[in-house]
This record gives sequence, structure tokens and C-alpha cells, in this order.
Amino acid sequence: MEKETCTFSYCAEPEIVEVETDILLVGGGMACCGAAFEACRWATPKGIKVVMVDKAATDRSGSVAMGLSAINTYMGENDPADYVKYVRKDLMGIIREDLVYDLGRHVDDSVHLFEEWGLPIWRITDEGKKVDGAEAKKIGKKLKDGAKPVRSGRWQIMINGESYKVIVAEAAKKALEYNRQETGMEQNHFERVFIVKLIPDADNPNRVAGAVGFSVREHKAYVFKAKCMLVAAGGCVNVFRPRSTGEGMGRTWFAVWNAGSTYAMPAELGAKMVLMENRFVPARFKDGYGPVGAWFLFFKAKATNALGEDYCATHHEELKQKYGSYAEILGTCLRNEAMMDDMKKGKGPIWMRTDLAFEEAKKVMDAKELKHLEAEAWEDFLDMTISQAGLWAANNIRPEEKYSELMPAEPYLLGSHAGCAGLWTSGPEDICKKHGLDEYFWGYNRMTTIDGLFTAGDGCGASGHKFSSGSHAEGRIAGKEMVRYVLEHQDYQPKLAKDAKEYVAEIFLPFEIYEKYKNYTTDPNVNPHYIRPSLLQKRLQKIMDEYVGGAGYWYMTSKTMLEEGLRQLEMLKEDSVRMAAADHHELMRCWENYHRIVAGEAHARHILFREETRYPGYYFRGDFPNIDDENWKCFSVSRINPENGQWEFEKIPYKQIIPD
Amino acid sequence: MPSYVITEKCDGCKGQERTACMYICPNDLMKLDRDRMKAYNQEPDQCWECYNCVKICPQQAIEVRGYQDFCPMGANVIPLRGTDAIMWTIKFRDGSLKRFKFPIRTTPEGSIDPYAGLPEPDYNKIKEPGFFTHQGEGKEMPTP
Repeated sequence: MEKETCTFSYCAEPEIVEVETDILLVGGGMACCGAAFEACRWATPKGIKVVMVDKAATDRSGSVAMGLSAINTYMGENDPADYVKYVRKDLMGIIREDLVYDLGRHVDDSVHLFEEWGLPIWRITDEGKKVDGAEAKKIGKKLKDGAKPVRSGRWQIMINGESYKVIVAEAAKKALEYNRQETGMEQNHFERVFIVKLIPDADNPNRVAGAVGFSVREHKAYVFKAKCMLVAAGGCVNVFRPRSTGEGMGRTWFAVWNAGSTYAMPAELGAKMVLMENRFVPARFKDGYGPVGAWFLFFKAKATNALGEDYCATHHEELKQKYGSYAEILGTCLRNEAMMDDMKKGKGPIWMRTDLAFEEAKKVMDAKELKHLEAEAWEDFLDMTISQAGLWAANNIRPEEKYSELMPAEPYLLGSHAGCAGLWTSGPEDICKKHGLDEYFWGYNRMTTIDGLFTAGDGCGASGHKFSSGSHAEGRIAGKEMVRYVLEHQDYQPKLAKDAKEYVAEIFLPFEIYEKYKNYTTDPNVNPHYIRPSLLQKRLQKIMDEYVGGAGYWYMTSKTMLEEGLRQLEMLKEDSVRMAAADHHELMRCWENYHRIVAGEAHARHILFREETRYPGYYFRGDFPNIDDENWKCFSVSRINPENGQWEFEKIPYKQIIPD
Repeated sequence: MPSYVITEKCDGCKGQERTACMYICPNDLMKLDRDRMKAYNQEPDQCWECYNCVKICPQQAIEVRGYQDFCPMGANVIPLRGTDAIMWTIKFRDGSLKRFKFPIRTTPEGSIDPYAGLPEPDYNKIKEPGFFTHQGEGKEMPTP
């Protein structure tokens, strides 16, 4: 097909807004809010400017938009070294221990701030009574002063988290406002502006100089120039065909607006990525994707197959034989494998026995306490997955009476939860130097292999299990380092590699195409000249599901399947420059789906590179069904060579710093 | 469970530039039909059911109904979000009701003073691990 270009002959040329700053934060979730808080404190007295760009409204943007019922990373009395051991075990032995330890030693300070700012955190009183966050506040003693949180697991604490993001955003916005006033900027917080491309520096293609995007509300393009930036805009959702393909396809487990932008934009600039073969397949309450963590850890419920068997127990020996020491304690992915095996044998549905958990509770609780427990069970959903509560009500399910079905979901790419896909970043200097981790250190903590480009949260790879609090803390680590970067690069003046207008023309191409061809057919939805982003997304999801180990194929793939999938992805990528958008909302969908393709391709190529099954229960390589420590206990690192667009792969050694 | 807007209750936020639901939706789904001055969800199959439009609507004109590709009809979940607590009313398909109230915040909205009482940053320590808070309180970061 002939190449289309945008010369604004058919669609109106947008106004171009240019913004210059020192530090740019791309995203507005937990990581960017953390970065804003820490960076503005260090930056402002030095006159350093900080700007945040969020594609939504920061009060309710990112993965915590709906709220959360727990904070999953809080050290408290624990040693960060034990946290490293837990993360390493769950992620099958290959993590950046420098990054994970660093997160562990920083994270509690963010949780203490959340409590100070007004987040209700459950508490065990001195009398041993469990109280909610509002009661706890009345008692007065804070976590920081040694008050005891209510632990649902070793690392998790319970909260009343409906307004979690609103509270964290308020602090971030105030920090930004302080910076704005002191540095004399007109505006430093942009909402509803979607960044779609990072721009290299004119004099150094391995350095970031800016970012371009557009307003989803007004006909405006935005060009930001910055000395350094943080890209932390969530993981990647809806890259695989979801289990619900009708109206319910928006009911994803992770936030549906996470479009892989965090991976795609740096990758296109040539940033190295790590463990992009990793994915997370959450086993959750079926269809509504309600959380299971509190049910397992807090309510002590068991999951069984339909015959009442504890599938983790019945499969344990077999898994130990297959995976040796990796299966001594079953991590998240191996529990999935046990579940899937029973499902394949027709032993489903898999039930979460909420009824039995209540029966056990009845033995030790009085009526009032039971009523409270029931409320807590509902709150677990209402705080973070409201529709699961709706689904219970629609099915007349009362958890104290009736069990609920569990199901492994479609795969998700992320680096903050029980997964570790992401960008390859420098670690903390003190730990890297002490342990001789030269391959893991190049100057600035959480800086990618692109000079001046930082990441955190879902973006920072090989270091999962940060969750909300860890993402906030990691954003703060990066925020502080970015201020140091600016202080140490005072003379640097970012210079965009190409004229801003060229980028803007590229961004608005889907508008030009739509306007040029829309009247060719009587129905603008069926037109041979273009593809609407919703259908491009469905095509991507079908390829990923069928060839790259989606839920529809029991997460199974192989070299031959991946090669055919990649052939189809190549053609999809060619067709992506034929996307058409009728309005700004659809233009956003075009670029989100373009980012999904790049993230999906990275995922497929990484699975192809790693010739073993490192994460059974997340995906299986049929041609290499085992864990192969001899050849693959290492980081798989990739890069798109920006000069020729070719993918390059390397193995980087895994170094253990915390003994077993 | 995509959100829907009840025609009679929606006043289009009285013709302001954007409605409350448009302002808050994390996925940019809510749109104002300027001819009718009524908001609607323009892409129900991308709705995450986060309920932020429901919670913010000043007219309580927005509710959510179950995704019809898997959810039986007849139930609903309605929040009433105040300044320090949220009240939930859950109606089951069989008509029975449950009500819950949970705290959401222990400080007044807008009261956060982010750096109040916290130490100044010490630029001599910017290269060392620890946030300005740790450093200002003299806390040493452990190393493995």
C-alpha cells in the first residue's frame, strides 16, 4: 500500500504548545506522584522546574484509580533482605536484587506519609483489637511511631483505600504547585495530554531531549523539552485477547488504560528492556476479576477443584519433580499451573471456598464479629473491584453461604505486581559498588540505558512486587536522582533531533487519513483505505492469543508458533500507519494501540529468545518445557537498534547478593 | 459493568465547559452531547467500572449496569461518597439489600500540606540513598 503522510491538507493543523522544563514526568499514577513529591522538594530551592503530564485526571489516574483494599509492600518489622528472598522466589530466581533491596529499604516512608496525609490504615490496638483506619486515627498512635498494622500477609497491610489515589494525588499536586510558584512557570501540571513519542537529542541519539503528544480535549499538540524525564505510565493491558470479548472486555484485571506506553516509547528510542518475556496471569474471581489475596491470606480461604481437592497439594510432588527447588514453595505461577492442569482434566470449576472460611470463623467469632467479617469481605471488592461485588449480587451469591469460581485470566505485562517485565535500569550506587555489580550500574539510580531517561513502577524491570507503595517509593528514588542529574548537567540544553512540526504531523496522521477517505464509502466504519483502532486492537489480541500463548491456547507457544505470530505482527505494524481517527478520543486509542503492538512484539521476541519455560503457569514453551538454569539463569535483555529498527538480544549475568 | 446516565437526572453540569464525569473518567469515556445537554459513555466496552463518574456526579445521575456478556440482570451497586466515608447500597437480583459504610479519609479534603514539619533537603547527601525525610531525621539506610 502507498505510504500516507500528514500534510494537514485534509484535517486542520493543531496549535503547537511548547513547554520547556528541567524535569518531565510522563504519567500521573503512583510512581509519578511519588516522583513529584520527592523531586519538587529537592528541585525547588535550586530553581529546577518540574512538570507532570498525565493523560487522565491525576486524582483518579493510573492503576490505583478505583482504590485499593491493601498496601502490599510494607516492611515494618521485616528485614529488606527477606523481602528480596520472597520476590526472588515468586519470580523464579531471576531478579535485580540491588533494585529490590533498594526499594525495600525506602518503601515504608511512603506508607507513613500516606497515613499522615489521611489514608485510613487498619490497626491492632494495644489491647489486641483490630480496628479500621478511622478508629485507628482516633487512637492517635501512627505506624511511624510503632503502631501495629493489620497484616494480611507478611508484606501486606489492610487499608480503607477507596480514596487512596485522591490522597496521594493531592500531595503530588501541591508539591508541583509549590514548584510552579517558586520557579515562575505558568503551568506545570497538564491533564488530558497524552505523550506518544520521546525525542532524542540532536547531538546525541542516545540521550532524551523531549516528548511529544496531544490534548485529548482540544486540537492542540504538545512539545516538551526537558533535561531528563521519568516515563512511568503503567503496564500493558488488553494486548492479549481477553476472556470477555463483548461489552465486558473493559473489565480487565489491571487498569484497562495501561497501554504499554511505558515500554513502547523508550524501546523506540533504543532503551534496553529486560525480561519482557515475563507476564502476569492473575488467577482471580471469574469474570469480575475480584482480588483473591485477602481471601487467601486474611480470611484463610482455600481454593479447590470441583471435587474438593486442594489442587496445590495434589500437584505438589509432580511439580517438585518437574521444577526441583523452584517448586518447594509454590510461587504464583506454579499455583496457576496446578490449577490449569485440573481444569484441563475436567476437574473444574475451580472454587474459592468462601463458605468454608466463614464456617471456620464461626467457630471462634460471635455474631457481631461475623457481621464485621462479612463487611470486610465486601469492602475488599468495593474498595478496588466494585464490579465483582455487583457480580455477586447479580448471581445472588453471599460469600458466607456460597463459594465462587476462580479462573486464570488473560496475560498482562507489568513490572510492579507479581511480574517483572520492564526496562533495564541502573541500580543504586552503594549496593552495586559494594557487591561489584558493574553491569548493573551506570551513574544514576533507575536511569535506563538512554541518557536522561528514568523509569519506575511498572517501567522498571526485573524487580516486581512493588505494588502501589513500592511504585510511589521508586518514583521518589528516581525523582531525587533526576534532580541530581539536572544539578550535574547544568550546561545541557536539550535540542530536539527534528523540527517539532515533523513529529506533530506524524501524530495527527490518523486524522488526515480519516478526513481524506471517510466519504469514499457510505459507512465510514467499513473502508478499504484505513483501519479503526478498535479493530486493530482486536487483530493484535487475536495474534497474541493464538501464537504467543494466550488464555485461549492454555498459554502454550513454541518457536514455530512465535515465528508465525511475529510475521503477522510485522504486517499489523505496517498497517498501523493506516489507522484512522474521527476525533481526539479515537486518536488516543490509535496511539495506545500502537504502543500495545510494540510491547506485544517485545513480549513475543523475548519468549522466542529464552529457550526454556522459566515461568510455567504464566506461559509454556512446548518445545522447551523445562527450566534450564544452566543456560538461562540470566537476564534476557533486548534493544531495538534505532538506526535500522532491528531487535538485538544479549544475556546479562544474574548476580545473587542475598544468600539463600 | 459500563456506566449509564439517567436522562432525567443529568443536567449536563449546567453547561460548563466540561461535566464532572468527563473531568474524572480515567479512560476519557464520558462525553457531553451538547444538543441535549446530557452526558453519555461513548465507549462502554472500554469501561473499567471504576465508578469514578458515579461517585463524582453531583446529580447522582450515573449508575452502572452489569456487562451483559456475562452478568445476569437485576442487581446494582450504588455508592454515596461523602468527605470522610462512603456508603454502599447493594441490591441483589432476588431483591434483597445490603448496606455498608467504610471510612475513606481521616483528614479534610484539600488539607494536605505536603512538606509541613518535614526536614529540608541536604544537598551534601543527594548522592546517598534515602529520601530527604530519612536523611533529615538522621536515618541510615541499610546495605546488604
